Amino acid sequence: METDKEKELLQLKEVTIRFAGDSGDGMQLTGTQFSETTAWVGNDLNTLPDYPAEIRAPAGTIYGVSGFQLHFSSEDIHTPGDQPDVLVAMNPAALKKNLPELKKGGMIIVNSDSFDIKNLNLAHYESNPLEDGSLDGYQVYQVPISSLTANALEGVKLSPKEVSRAKNFFALGLMYWLFNRPIDNTVKWIHEKFAKNPEYIEGNERALRAGYNYGEMTELFTARYTVEPAKLPKGTYRSISGNEATALGFLAASVKSGLPLFLGSYPITPASEIIQYLSTYKNFGVKTFQAEDEIAGITTAIGASFAGNLAITSTSGPGLALKTEAIGLAVMTELPLIIIDVQRGGPSTGLPTKTEQADLLQAVCGRNGEAPVVVVAAATPSDCFNMAIEASRIAIKYMTPVILLTDGYIANGSEPWKIPHANELPDIPVKFRTEKEGFYPYLRDENLARPWAIPGTPELEHRIGGLEKSDIYGNVSYDPDNHHKMVTLRAKKIKNIENDIPLLEVEGEQSGELLVVGWGGTYGAIKEAVNKARAQGYKVSQAHFRYINPFPKNTEQVLRSFNKILIPEINLGQLARLIKSEFLIDVQQFNVVRGLPLRVADIVDQIIKTLGGNNGK
Amino acid sequence: MANNVEVKEIKYTAKDFASDQEVRWCPGCGDYSILAQVQRTFPEIIDRPKENIVWVSGIGCSSRFPYYMNTYGFHGIHGRAPAIATGVKLANPNLSVWVASGDGDLLSIGGNHFIHACRKNIDLKILMFNNRIYGLTKGQYSPTSEKGKVTKTTPYGSVDYPFNPPMLALGAEASFIARSIDRHPKHLQEMIRRAGLHKGTAFIEIFQNCNIFNDGAFSLLTEKETKDDHVLELVHGQPMIFGKNKDKGIKLDGMTPMVVDLTTGKYSKDDLWVHDEFDPNPARTAILAMFDETPGFPTPIGIFRQITKETYDEGLFRQIEEVKKKKGEGDLEKILFSGNVWEVN
Repeated sequence: METDKEKELLQLKEVTIRFAGDSGDGMQLTGTQFSETTAWVGNDLNTLPDYPAEIRAPAGTIYGVSGFQLHFSSEDIHTPGDQPDVLVAMNPAALKKNLPELKKGGMIIVNSDSFDIKNLNLAHYESNPLEDGSLDGYQVYQVPISSLTANALEGVKLSPKEVSRAKNFFALGLMYWLFNRPIDNTVKWIHEKFAKNPEYIEGNERALRAGYNYGEMTELFTARYTVEPAKLPKGTYRSISGNEATALGFLAASVKSGLPLFLGSYPITPASEIIQYLSTYKNFGVKTFQAEDEIAGITTAIGASFAGNLAITSTSGPGLALKTEAIGLAVMTELPLIIIDVQRGGPSTGLPTKTEQADLLQAVCGRNGEAPVVVVAAATPSDCFNMAIEASRIAIKYMTPVILLTDGYIANGSEPWKIPHANELPDIPVKFRTEKEGFYPYLRDENLARPWAIPGTPELEHRIGGLEKSDIYGNVSYDPDNHHKMVTLRAKKIKNIENDIPLLEVEGEQSGELLVVGWGGTYGAIKEAVNKARAQGYKVSQAHFRYINPFPKNTEQVLRSFNKILIPEINLGQLARLIKSEFLIDVQQFNVVRGLPLRVADIVDQIIKTLGGNNGK
Repeated sequence: MANNVEVKEIKYTAKDFASDQEVRWCPGCGDYSILAQVQRTFPEIIDRPKENIVWVSGIGCSSRFPYYMNTYGFHGIHGRAPAIATGVKLANPNLSVWVASGDGDLLSIGGNHFIHACRKNIDLKILMFNNRIYGLTKGQYSPTSEKGKVTKTTPYGSVDYPFNPPMLALGAEASFIARSIDRHPKHLQEMIRRAGLHKGTAFIEIFQNCNIFNDGAFSLLTEKETKDDHVLELVHGQPMIFGKNKDKGIKLDGMTPMVVDLTTGKYSKDDLWVHDEFDPNPARTAILAMFDETPGFPTPIGIFRQITKETYDEGLFRQIEEVKKKKGEGDLEKILFSGNVWEVN
């Protein structure tokens, strides 16, 4: 029999696939592997892992559904895609939960074996959607993934449960075939990952190949699809997630400053990966301290900073709240310290595994007293690398705590990253005070930074702490005028940093009717929306904040160059509030707080609405 | 130890450790004695240049301590001194790191950090000034105040049970546990000296009088007429004897301690429990720590326990060296370009 290799190969510009299944079905792994391979063949891509907070919710239930969406393209893309073109649903619950998001007429690939009465009931289906016509209008492909996997694995020494778990590799293989991707990367990965378990290697590899071959053999699919490599700037690339980029950025800052890196941290979703990654760099002398709580996380870091390490602490929203008092201590003692907040849905425990950008005001204002800290925010997964280095540079140069905001979406999401060479990264100069002559703990340099005199330095013994200090001398002081002076000096020091950060850039026309302003992880969605609106002829520009306290020096001038300002945020208007109060400028808000990235289409609609029909065209 | 000779050339006096800051504790406060004993002891125990000493504190009267020591000092926030000190020690293991804290600071808001410092055996010396009251906030009961204590927040008497600090430290498996009294300067000096020489978390509970809010809390243990009958001074290798006329002893009957009279002829010195501060069995140390709560038993002071185990900092730096050996020194370029990389031409 001749295999049908001549199936039609359709060129697509971009595709969004969502893998969905039970929390135990390995959907995150499937998604990550598909992303890695997709990056490797040269597509631009952007991902959105979306999983429940429960590790293993009861199988088959809707709240146990775990998803992984990825958007890949032959062109420059910036979001994981609003709506999937393809849904891979491993069970009825996954179908039920994700169908509303699927594009009209989209493709559905289901594990038909799982559509039994029990699973249909668990998903609250009254009849089988594969049979009752409710999926008319979609391209539905029923593949008995469980039984095909079991057949393929016959003879392998694995328990029935282990065999069943290999079905995600079958699904992955099938998708590799459908989208014309090589399987070699994943085969290699399987061999490395399961080096100690030859049976797992055999089982998973067989399942993967079986899925791929099934695609080739079956009459089910009439076409295959391919997405050409994107035209990315020349260079060496890897796919990187935000948390990994953050960890690498701090590693680079440690190497470039010559300071040992100390991380005091308490595990919290979605920030835990940062301490996990950094813990693997022990041969760089990196010290990761898994503290007993969030407060110990930051206070050990403050102690390490006092003693001369590059000190950081990583957390997420509720953890930042717990660190509040200690941040004030770092402000008062004027020590370099970086606090990474991977924002998640709040308030309180909120939505631990979902994204949000509602910690902005907490970062900028959330402390007792006048306690200014630098706040910066990464815009994309790979930008976390740059901003980690920037946060370190600013903290050291100005002897100040810096809060680095990322969020669950960019922390877990990944994109291709053009890797910089180590020697291209700027050095971070460090000046420990050693001269005894004229030393005072609160003397200030031209940047208003006080000297970093670390324990172990002869004859510079001094005492610092959270009580107000006298200017220059640093002794405890209750003098009213001194307090006013110190409050003012600390504020001025932070404000002056505006002279040392990049100006706010405008993408598109530099002035006009509408400027869409964002910050942090919404960069991609806003950019894609602005591009789409411009392609439709709307005159709209974009500006994106990566430095929020202080704002770039030209902020007011940029904002005043446009008649209207639109600020989309995944909160109820926190940047909008800062802009309004700082510059007394009216802004329009667009706020959607669903625990998910903003949808491009929604922002486009909002742009058009703000422009009032044809305005700005 | 021949290789210590060089180090001992550094000669300090107590004065070298006094800062230029005016000491501002209440007149008559027990803290003065603790400060004096630390400054007196340091020339003997400090085996490194003075700039390598760091005092860290939290909040409370005791926590003003670093200001009065002419070393590096960090006055932190309430309860967090052990954590801050941990960071200092791990950033630079050559530093000798000391914590000054109170019963409220260390055991209430800072309880978590205290037990975890003990558990991890971080090389810190923790001096807890215990006056069984909140002083700086003006007289509320503390986690060591006795049940029934009448204070501003417990006008009808406290219904809390107090912590037994050596028990707590033992439960967290601290490697050095001692107790002393502000008004017993020689003994306190000895405890500070021994803590300073210990490697690992060294915890000293120091009974300290607050003459403003809890005056006389330890008078039974400090007044001439009563102290001998109420204090048991633990001496390694010596039988446990106390009493004005050295007429009482502690005998261990299986795991049950009993106070015995040495004058009746029924028991002699040879029947008594001989104190072993290196006793690896925490159960016996626990019996000792519970004396306080057993009617008729004296309050032990001295070293309850001293055991040797790898400190956290030793473990951390050993591991760093091991990984370096295994993987080679870190190479940033290599790490950046690791994983699934591809070229775009």
